[in-house]
Amino acid sequence: MGYLLTNWAYVGTLLLQHLWLTGSAMAISVVIALPLGVLLARVAWLRGPVLGFLGLLYTIPSLSLLVLLIPVLRLGYWPAVVTLVIYAQLVLVRNVVVGMVGIDPAVIEAAHGMGMNSWQRLVQVELPLALPLLLAGLRIATLSTIGIATIAAFVNAGGLGMLLFDGVRTSNHEKIVIGAIAVSLLAIGANVLLRRAELWSQQSRG
Amino acid sequence: MSIIVAEGVTKRFSSDSRPAVDAVSFAVDPGEFIVLLGPSGCGKTTLLKMINRIYEPTSGQLLIDGVDSRSLPVTHLRRRIGYAIQQTGLFPHFRVEQNIAVVPRLLGWERPRIEARITELLDLVGLPHDFRRRYPRQLSGGQQQRVGLARALAADPAIMLMDEPFGALDAITRARLQDELLHIQRKVHKTILFVTHDIEEALRLADRMMVMNHGQIVQFDTPLTILTRPCTRFVEQLTSANDVLRRLSLLTVASALGRERPPAAGGSADLPPLHPQDDLRFALTQLLGAGESSLPVIDDGREVGRLTLADLRAMLPSTVAGLEGHVPVSGA
Repeated sequence: MGYLLTNWAYVGTLLLQHLWLTGSAMAISVVIALPLGVLLARVAWLRGPVLGFLGLLYTIPSLSLLVLLIPVLRLGYWPAVVTLVIYAQLVLVRNVVVGMVGIDPAVIEAAHGMGMNSWQRLVQVELPLALPLLLAGLRIATLSTIGIATIAAFVNAGGLGMLLFDGVRTSNHEKIVIGAIAVSLLAIGANVLLRRAELWSQQSRG
Repeated sequence: MSIIVAEGVTKRFSSDSRPAVDAVSFAVDPGEFIVLLGPSGCGKTTLLKMINRIYEPTSGQLLIDGVDSRSLPVTHLRRRIGYAIQQTGLFPHFRVEQNIAVVPRLLGWERPRIEARITELLDLVGLPHDFRRRYPRQLSGGQQQRVGLARALAADPAIMLMDEPFGALDAITRARLQDELLHIQRKVHKTILFVTHDIEEALRLADRMMVMNHGQIVQFDTPLTILTRPCTRFVEQLTSANDVLRRLSLLTVASALGRERPPAAGGSADLPPLHPQDDLRFALTQLLGAGESSLPVIDDGREVGRLTLADLRAMLPSTVAGLEGHVPVSGA
């Protein structure tokens, strides 16, 4: 704990960097995954190929994906964020699709029958009903993103991974433990918050 | 003028070699309660769903209020036609009031007008006002179906399409909702197209019954005519026309008595009286029990006629013997 007392400002900076990396990666991920998921929910034949491709990307080890991106995106923030966004897609897109496809067909038929257009159906019916699954996907993706973001340190993007890499390189166990605990606390905090949002979305329908 | 006219309407699904609805033509007058009846797969639901273009006809034409239904934007057409389905299709994340308000909101009604309409409809379908804030999941099946009915009626459409709306309810709730639907219909005078495979429900509700089989209309007539003069063996079997007691139980004393019957003179004080709304099976039991050839029919304390065994016999199909060579029923 001596290290933390003398270096709290540094650890705090790394924590904020980690939060920023994860947060911005998740924001970009949702902006991509939501329309993509809606498209796949509407166009059934695209589902297999696109989810298959996202699954393929998901199997690439994160470290090698990061290395592959260095020639294109250099070092720093961008290769790290792009990697995180790519990994989050599979879970997010799949949950949007499952959430929308799983809606009671009678509800969709009623929405058609009452004269809603495609946009009204999406905004008033489909997305609200898919919300619990959407948030579940967001939670799972966020937790794994917090974990994967530790390797951002490898491309000079900062974050709590710095403590882990430094600790391993210099055999400083204290750094490793503090880094691991900080990442865990971040993940636990995110889990609690997002789980609460998920429960709220389920309760708001009686 | 007819409010709905179908001319040679056909629907073919690509997965099926035979058309689901095969060159059907008919006309419905404003305010009529039409029941579409037939076994599963006969095309009745497909036909219903072509009217609000959930399915587009493969060929033929549908005129709504004299206008080709395809000439309107589909969302505009549907907002003018009430739609209620068996699974209700209520939006689970909307409160009862929001569910009822869907079409008025799509039509851009002012807030106070929508509020007033919700209250009016809750009264009409017999739901307490404190149900407004509930979610569909907090209601029983029958209550949900009432909300579904209120939602379909919300924008006061001239035409209502109802696809087996009471099919999933228990017998008692179903009977009560049928009564209330008739009661509501007497107030609102909608043109209703109602799909069912339940013959008793059809007889109870219909001004006219459209009996369908294999995508075609087999007979389109009043319940009385369909029971007494089934035009094919199929209709006869569907309505169990050869089961005398069952048939009698589906008809009322009033229908057997006719209108032209002059009230007979008294002398019947000690006989068990019949009421016009009694069914004929009950009337037969009373006739046999009393050992009489006729019984007085009393309405509002006044004798309106006498029912005889001959009247009962006249209600049985005279054509049963002459019906060879028609489509047999399979798996109905």
